[in-house]
Amino acid sequence: MKTIRLECRNVTKRFAAQRKGEAPIVAVQNLNFKIADGEVVSLIGPSGCGKSTLLNMGSGLDPASDGEVMVDGEKVIKPNEHVAFMLQKDLLLPWRTIRQNVEFGLEIRGVPASERKATALGLLKKCRLPDFADHYPHQLSGGMRQRAALARTLAVDPAVLLMDEPFSALDAQTKMVLQQDLGRTLAETGKTALFVTHDLVEAIALSDRVLVMSQRPGTIIEEIVVDIPGRDNPMERRKSPKTGPYIAQLMSLLHIGEEVH
Amino acid sequence: MGSELSNPATQRMMIGSFLLAIVFLAVWEWGPAAFGIPQFIIPPASKVWDEFLRMLTRDRLMFHTGITAMQVVVGFVLGMILGMLVGFLLGMSPTAEFVLSPYILALQIAPKVAFAPLFVIWFGYTVYPKILVAILIVFFPIMINVLGAVRAIDPDIVRLARSFNASKLQIFWKIEFPASLPPFFAGLRIAATLAVIGVVVGELVGGNQGLGYLLTFGEGAGNTPMVFVTIIMLTVIGILLYGAIVLIENRVLHWLPGRARRAS
Ligand SMILES: Nc1ncnc2c1ncn2[C@@H]1O[C@H](COP(=O)(O)OP(=O)(O)O)[C@@H](O)[C@H]1O
Ligand SMILES: [Mg+2]
Repeated sequence: MKTIRLECRNVTKRFAAQRKGEAPIVAVQNLNFKIADGEVVSLIGPSGCGKSTLLNMGSGLDPASDGEVMVDGEKVIKPNEHVAFMLQKDLLLPWRTIRQNVEFGLEIRGVPASERKATALGLLKKCRLPDFADHYPHQLSGGMRQRAALARTLAVDPAVLLMDEPFSALDAQTKMVLQQDLGRTLAETGKTALFVTHDLVEAIALSDRVLVMSQRPGTIIEEIVVDIPGRDNPMERRKSPKTGPYIAQLMSLLHIGEEVH
Repeated sequence: MGSELSNPATQRMMIGSFLLAIVFLAVWEWGPAAFGIPQFIIPPASKVWDEFLRMLTRDRLMFHTGITAMQVVVGFVLGMILGMLVGFLLGMSPTAEFVLSPYILALQIAPKVAFAPLFVIWFGYTVYPKILVAILIVFFPIMINVLGAVRAIDPDIVRLARSFNASKLQIFWKIEFPASLPPFFAGLRIAATLAVIGVVVGELVGGNQGLGYLLTFGEGAGNTPMVFVTIIMLTVIGILLYGAIVLIENRVLHWLPGRARRAS
């Protein structure tokens, strides 16, 4: 049995009501799941079901109302060095070069400059941006910027990557290229990841398992193990004849195409 | 910059503005006389030049210019520091901004130069009232711009830093401070011209030093060329301050998209 990297035990998150006298909003309720070392798990569900809320709890920025989120066997109560997150927005700082942006997390953690630089340059190479180290973010395309954001996330060497729809702002082709890069990088580094997405094909192509969430209050209604070889090669996985049935299963779980207007 | 100067289009534009300057001086020299405008209304350029040379030796023009410039720079720097500090404090504390905003708004609407007589009553015919008016007038554009910049920072960037366990101080130096610089410099450009206005009004109100004093003196003596020379000297102070800011800005904000494109 592999070590468990990320675990949710009966996690519930409530937000205080906007107006006085109203009941608090229950964003997610009774979440239970485990992610083992090296696993890539996708999380899908309708808009507003609490996916981002779950990731925020994992990153330690927002505490859970009930239950506990465990990372590497430790209860998450504040930001910690075991996790790093990546959002749809690249959040690159415009006054820093790409290399300095990749170093951002290391700099905050007080890693010496020469070490930071070596790590950043290594990762930029891995993320296929070696020639852009000294460019500023505005000189890069959206896909390149998101690759730089991935490098920044990997730079702090987190045990778990939390990704919130990282590719949803990209055009379809760039997206596929980045999925391929991510799949390969995750396989090479053996990282554990929780990946939120709206894109059913992306979920199937990239992950070992897919967790499906219900409407708010969000809870996990299904777990699908993706039994297609080659997780390090999402492009091939997309083309696999096994992908279609998985998509159909997800569509019916999410009631896609059932609404009658 | 060097490559810009060798650009033929830029060279043509520079020749154009040089020719325009010659045309302007010629019109100034002979235009008024051609239309029968008397010299005490618009003195010709040569008369103003003669007056300039006379003032250099007889009226201690450089001394008065130096006094005014000193007051402008001191008022500008102090107003800038104060505006930046208050801008950051209010930007980071919504409560403080809520409590103080009506007073700030009132003070912002009040014409700052109207405070000059009050400051003269308080501090007499010294440099302090002039510096104080400059501080007051410089303070607002800087404060408002810095406050706005801190408010406009994407909260997700701060969350990203916090997820890396950044301290409040690190968030300030690595995010809030650099993010505030472009609007801060925009505020400085506005403040540079305002600072000169503040000091001159202070000098007009009272005292026997500075270009504002020469202005009232020239007016009293009916010496129009003297008033012209003084206005030009004031403009020169403003241009030098503005130019210095643009120079620093270009170095500090070299990462801004527009500038980066121009430099490459
Ligand atoms: N800070 C907050 N205060 C109040 N309600 C919130 C807050 N953050 C999220 N919510 C609510 O929680 C629910 C889940 O939000 P979110 O996790 O962003 O959904 P998802 O990422 O799945 O689209 C939403 O209905 C949202 O309105
Ligand atoms: Mg979301």
